[in-house]
Amino acid sequence: MTEMVYGTVSVRDSEPVLPKWWRTVDKWSLSCILMLFGIGILLGLAASPPLAERNNLDPFYYVQRQAFFGGLALTAMFLTSLASPVMVRRLAVIGFLIAFVALAMLPFLGTDFGKGAIRWYSLGFASVQPSEFLKPGFVVVAAWMMAASQEINGPPGKLWSFALAVAIVLMLAMQPDFGQACLVLFGWGVMYFVAGAPILLLMGMAGLVVFGGSIAYEHSEHFARRIDGFLSPEIDPNTQMGYATNAIQEGGFFGVGVGEGQVKWSLPDAHTDFIIAVAAEEYGLVLVLCILAIYAAIVVRSLIRLMRERDPFIRLAGTGLACMFGVQAMINMGVAVRLLPAKGMTLPFISYGGSSLIAGGIAVGMLLAFTRVRPQGEIGDILRGRTR
Amino acid sequence: MIRTPLRPLARILEARQKGENPDAIVRENLRIRHEQMRDRARNRAEGRLLVLGVMFFCAFSVIGVRMGVLANSEPSEPRAQVAGASIIAQRADIVDRRGRILATNMDTYSLYAHPQQMIDREKAIKELVRIFPELNEDRLRKDFSGPRKFLWVRKKLSPEQKQEVHDIGEPGLLFGPREMRLYPNGHLAAHVLGGSGFGREGVHSAEVVGTAGIEKFFDEELRNPAREGAALELSIDLTIQAAMERVLDGGMRLMNAKGAAAVLMDVHTGEVIAISSLPDFDPNDRPANPTKGSPSDSPLFNRAVQGVYELGSTFKIFAASQAMELGLVTPDTVIDTSPPFKIGGFKISEFNGKNYGVQTVEGIMVHSSNRGTGKIALAIGPQRQQEFLESLGFFKPTGLEIVEAAGGKPLLPKKWTDLSTVTISYGHGLSASPLHLAAGYAAIANGGHTVTPTLLKQSRPQLGPRVMSEATAASARVMLRKVVTEGTASFGDVPGYSVGGKTGTADKPKENGGGYYKDKVIATFATMFPTTDPKYVLILTLDEPSENSGDKPRRTAGWTAVPVAAELIGRVAPLLGLRPEVEPLQQAPIVLSRN
Repeated sequence: MTEMVYGTVSVRDSEPVLPKWWRTVDKWSLSCILMLFGIGILLGLAASPPLAERNNLDPFYYVQRQAFFGGLALTAMFLTSLASPVMVRRLAVIGFLIAFVALAMLPFLGTDFGKGAIRWYSLGFASVQPSEFLKPGFVVVAAWMMAASQEINGPPGKLWSFALAVAIVLMLAMQPDFGQACLVLFGWGVMYFVAGAPILLLMGMAGLVVFGGSIAYEHSEHFARRIDGFLSPEIDPNTQMGYATNAIQEGGFFGVGVGEGQVKWSLPDAHTDFIIAVAAEEYGLVLVLCILAIYAAIVVRSLIRLMRERDPFIRLAGTGLACMFGVQAMINMGVAVRLLPAKGMTLPFISYGGSSLIAGGIAVGMLLAFTRVRPQGEIGDILRGRTR
Repeated sequence: MIRTPLRPLARILEARQKGENPDAIVRENLRIRHEQMRDRARNRAEGRLLVLGVMFFCAFSVIGVRMGVLANSEPSEPRAQVAGASIIAQRADIVDRRGRILATNMDTYSLYAHPQQMIDREKAIKELVRIFPELNEDRLRKDFSGPRKFLWVRKKLSPEQKQEVHDIGEPGLLFGPREMRLYPNGHLAAHVLGGSGFGREGVHSAEVVGTAGIEKFFDEELRNPAREGAALELSIDLTIQAAMERVLDGGMRLMNAKGAAAVLMDVHTGEVIAISSLPDFDPNDRPANPTKGSPSDSPLFNRAVQGVYELGSTFKIFAASQAMELGLVTPDTVIDTSPPFKIGGFKISEFNGKNYGVQTVEGIMVHSSNRGTGKIALAIGPQRQQEFLESLGFFKPTGLEIVEAAGGKPLLPKKWTDLSTVTISYGHGLSASPLHLAAGYAAIANGGHTVTPTLLKQSRPQLGPRVMSEATAASARVMLRKVVTEGTASFGDVPGYSVGGKTGTADKPKENGGGYYKDKVIATFATMFPTTDPKYVLILTLDEPSENSGDKPRRTAGWTAVPVAAELIGRVAPLLGLRPEVEPLQQAPIVLSRN
């Protein structure tokens, strides 16, 4: 004890790392994520052979890659979730800085793979999309700033984080990658909301959106046509949307059968943006609802756990990560059922894609780290009514 | 909740008195404030996180419900048919005056290709060329192997063709439902109907729009969903139209004419019962507009409405009627028609240089004397002549309900001199369409009222303002009857139908100006029947006829247009429900014989 007090022997946590992790981690979310990964491999088996065939590769080449990257992602997730929130913050800030620089250098060093937007670094065996890694890093940094602003005599963290968000959004919009830009902005907005955005401001913004939208609809024919076209029931069956809708309809409740689907042969993005259409066609509504339930469970469960969180930084960072994760899934599926206008957005953990998988793994690992059980002053809560 | 003051002054002062360090108290105070703030933030965040959670749950539920609805809905098979995709409702039918169909719609298919989805392009090209011989094999190969993802192959398919294309079994060849306009009677009334084509085209449907004729004139009306498919009723009678085209075609060949036109009009309503222009075309497969040659030689050209010709002596009756109406002459007024008759330094001569001597007005009409008519016209004067012809509708297009009617604008002299008055009185110097002439003759036939030509079925007489008295019209009709019984149109008498009419043979003006052809005429017979109580006016015009049975070709209307018109009247009058007035046979005289 004396040695401990005087620091000659380091203080050891009483509990070994792994049992503590297992005791405190959100096992429901963890199993949901593992299920998503499994479904991703399953759908990859269905959706990627046409792509492999087009590229003259082994039919399951992309499934193998998916499994490999998935393994990496799960490892990253596990390691991240082991870390303490403070460690997560440190690593995330470092990661954020690297990703930010990488994003800024993209116009000079990046490639566009002939897709028109420069978003990737080509590393030979794989490509890296810095914006995927930037998102969780940004959430953590912004949460840190906002939490700091809640301290007495703290810095104006909300303003700083907003400036940072705007800078990132501008860089993403220049690529152009409006989907990711929206996601970043949305993540910041959610954190700001939880960190205590004034109700008046929120109402004013909602009013402004409604007002601006109706003005634009009234006065801009282009805008009105876009909205009308999106609202109208008629779609050209030869667009991606048309194929996706048709696939969902073909699938019905129990699907047309494993490997029997047709849509994957027509859609170039069947293995990424429209993988839910493949799922709907081959496995039917049942699997789609399962996937939806899993995403909803992860997000809602994380949010509920964060409700009791005392530490503002953990609360904000966790909220941002969970909401970004959920919204990305929501946008992807909303597009497939035509609730949202078409926007290229991958389905986290299910869509094929190396860097998005690993970045997703890290993000979810952070989320798990933040939602681990910690002493939250429950006794104080119980007594709160009587004290103070 | 008790507010914690910023600095607990009381405690600080107390501590100072006791000699304790007040900073600890300040720090303690700060800590308490901070904790309170955090608790507040935490409580607020708790509520907002709950809101977020509920919102996410709702959003995921909406997506799930939407997925369920989509999965529960029927997949659209074939894929080209999507509910609510039709651009317009059905185009209304067009029917004749007795409700028989002239134009209707038929469901068919268009054929389009997705070359990128093709499995065996070469086979598809070969088979397509076999099924549609008009397709060009090389062209198809070029189209199919290019970067295009979509191209039309055929706009309309027959069911047999569709089956054959289907049997190719090529997934890159696809069908889109189409509604096509069908003219079941083929060439009949081609110029009236005009034709139709496709307007805006989508994969699932295409708009049928009129391209000419009444289809274009009433395009909006026919497509108007408020009609609820009510058919457009025309004044045309399909039976009469068919008979007219048959006879006219025969007559045109027999008389070696290059074109022919005829108009049959109800004199009381202005309804066009039948109207025809030859050569004609099939509106189901309307030829493209001619790019070279004279447009008036194209089958698309409607000679009866668009063609304006100098209609010759058929105009003489107007001068005579007007003079009688003005009281300048009576049918028995005697006029010297001998030469010379010079006007504006221009010598007026008769056909073949004849001289009819002194004639009554009636005689002038019967013999078709140019000089006689000219003298009558001079008495009327240019001003009054213009007013009269204008009131009969000779100054503007007829206004018939087909788009081409606007092109039938009469050609008038730039300056209406005395010479113009004289020449126009016998039908030279003013060009009008046969339909104009029909409207003019209808005024004489119905007892002096103008009528407006129309293609729409009328339920009651549509008489315009009066332009001549009943008596004048009756006198004019007597003259016209005599032209047939005694004069130039003697081939035109159809027993029992009391045909009256006036011939007109006008030399064709040379296209480049500068005089008239010697051997090209427009032969016209303007007729009404029965003259006792006229019901119909028929104008029949032959373009460049020549009757070659004699020693030398005869081109006058009396030898060409009149026999054709007589044949036509003989055919259509019974169809029109007119009863021949059979004169009682001469009874064998009873002879009293006594031995």
